[in-house]
Amino acid sequence: MKSFKLDWLILPLIGIALVVLAWQVSSKTWAKELPTPKKTWDASKDYVMKPFEKRGEMDQGILRFTWYSLILVAKGYALALLVGTPVGFFLGLSKAFTKTFDPIIQVLRPVSPLAWLPLGLVLFLGAGKQASELGALFTIAICSMWPTVLNTAVGVRAVPQDYLNVAKVLKLSRWKTLTKVLIPATLPYMFTGFRLSLGIAWLVIVAAEMLTGRPGVGGFLWQEYNALVYEHIILCIITIGVVGFVLDRLMSLVESRFKTA
Amino acid sequence: MSAHVELSKLTKIYPTPKGPAIIVKDFDLRIKQGEFVCLIGHSGCGKSTVLSMLAGLNEITGGAIILAGKELAGAGPDRGIVFQSPCLLPWMTAMENVLLGVDQVFYTASKEERHQIAEYYLTLVGLGESLHKKPAELSQGMRQRVGIARAFALSPKMLLLDEPFGMLDSLTRWELQQVLIELWRKDQKTALMVTHDVDEALFLSDRIVCMTDGPEAEVGDIIEVNFPRPRVRQVVMEHPDYYKLRERLIEFLEVHAHKNKHKHAAPPAPTAPPAEALVDTQSAPASAPEPKHTSLMVAVE
Repeated sequence: MKSFKLDWLILPLIGIALVVLAWQVSSKTWAKELPTPKKTWDASKDYVMKPFEKRGEMDQGILRFTWYSLILVAKGYALALLVGTPVGFFLGLSKAFTKTFDPIIQVLRPVSPLAWLPLGLVLFLGAGKQASELGALFTIAICSMWPTVLNTAVGVRAVPQDYLNVAKVLKLSRWKTLTKVLIPATLPYMFTGFRLSLGIAWLVIVAAEMLTGRPGVGGFLWQEYNALVYEHIILCIITIGVVGFVLDRLMSLVESRFKTA
Repeated sequence: MSAHVELSKLTKIYPTPKGPAIIVKDFDLRIKQGEFVCLIGHSGCGKSTVLSMLAGLNEITGGAIILAGKELAGAGPDRGIVFQSPCLLPWMTAMENVLLGVDQVFYTASKEERHQIAEYYLTLVGLGESLHKKPAELSQGMRQRVGIARAFALSPKMLLLDEPFGMLDSLTRWELQQVLIELWRKDQKTALMVTHDVDEALFLSDRIVCMTDGPEAEVGDIIEVNFPRPRVRQVVMEHPDYYKLRERLIEFLEVHAHKNKHKHAAPPAPTAPPAEALVDTQSAPASAPEPKHTSLMVAVE
């Protein structure tokens, strides 16, 4: 199809309209339990139009829930970067380190957040009230750190020999070699890792909240499923998707800034 | 005058599955203080290996190198190196790239003095207007100018140049040869340059050392170049000895090319250095363990 004026806006809108139509048809035909778009909107209006209202622990505006979730994600994600980036550097710099830890990383990497969470809760049993938060943080951090670890390692290994020769010839100290050469040269790879990690962290939050029942988009979703308010499940899904999309865009912007370097 | 730089019985051997590969064997060379020496030879003959051993980027298997009375151990900023590719750090400006080295060498000087040193050399190579540009904003020739400024700004005991102009077009190459020779005269640096451009070697050097082909490369012939300095390209080229020397060099290279014919599928044309340069630009100066094989492999890719 030829591109035309405003196609960047009109074509996506057509796509959305088609999906909503399919949703409408489904809810009228084979999926009778599925609320129609209209019903979903009516039931969600309060949550969307007054996004920051707090009516009760599990009855709050959708953006307020999103805010809770984002805070938890931010903490877990920060932890993932703090641990993952140095680990990635060690992997990239040392063959022995890679040989020692790469197999275990490859084994731990595909483990689902749903499997990590119970372990996280067990680990922090002693923390009492804080247990669910710490467990969730642990899960987010451990699940989202792998892209950062692996991309950083690849980035460090890809630092051109030329740059290392410059560092060697000038006899830069280890610290200077790291800050003036290795880190700047690795940054583009690191940020690709950071972006992928953020996507995973956001995926994990929902699972973590569902299992722990913490207030947040995921917790709300699970509660409304149990309360049989199916409209709100859809509201949550859309919210999670939009927030994830926005986060990814933001990270892409940051990433592209470093790509030019 | 005693030698400022002395390479004695310099040897480089790489262990390979098929037994040790001797790249350079018993390479002897003495360079006087302030002398400009060119090392010329075929691609992969081991001349870059000699240079990178001097630079400390490649370990010495046998023999020793003495620079200003001290045996060399490892790399260091007492040798200013101009690599084949400019090797600038792309996230730093021209100034910052030069300062990176200046800060290492003149760590006792004030920040202002270090800036002055960097600016002085960048201005001398003609980049006074582009101090704060990043390499991406500079042309290939300008980047190599930064590379030259970086090497000189270290105030090194000697200069090592590894085919520094191999990647440039011939006009830019002439310009940069001029820049280099002027800086060299001003600072009176001892210099060793690897090249396979016969005219470049004749224009710049006091002595040209011809290397025989590897494996087991060694000094084949040494040619004294006594054109009066400061040199002007036109005058040098019209000098009665110019074509005699040029012919002698080319003949040397040609003889070794014929010897080489059995090893190479397509031997490089010895009378056309630029064509040959295309092959050698591919081989990384320091990281290539077996220059000949690497350069061929990369060229094929």
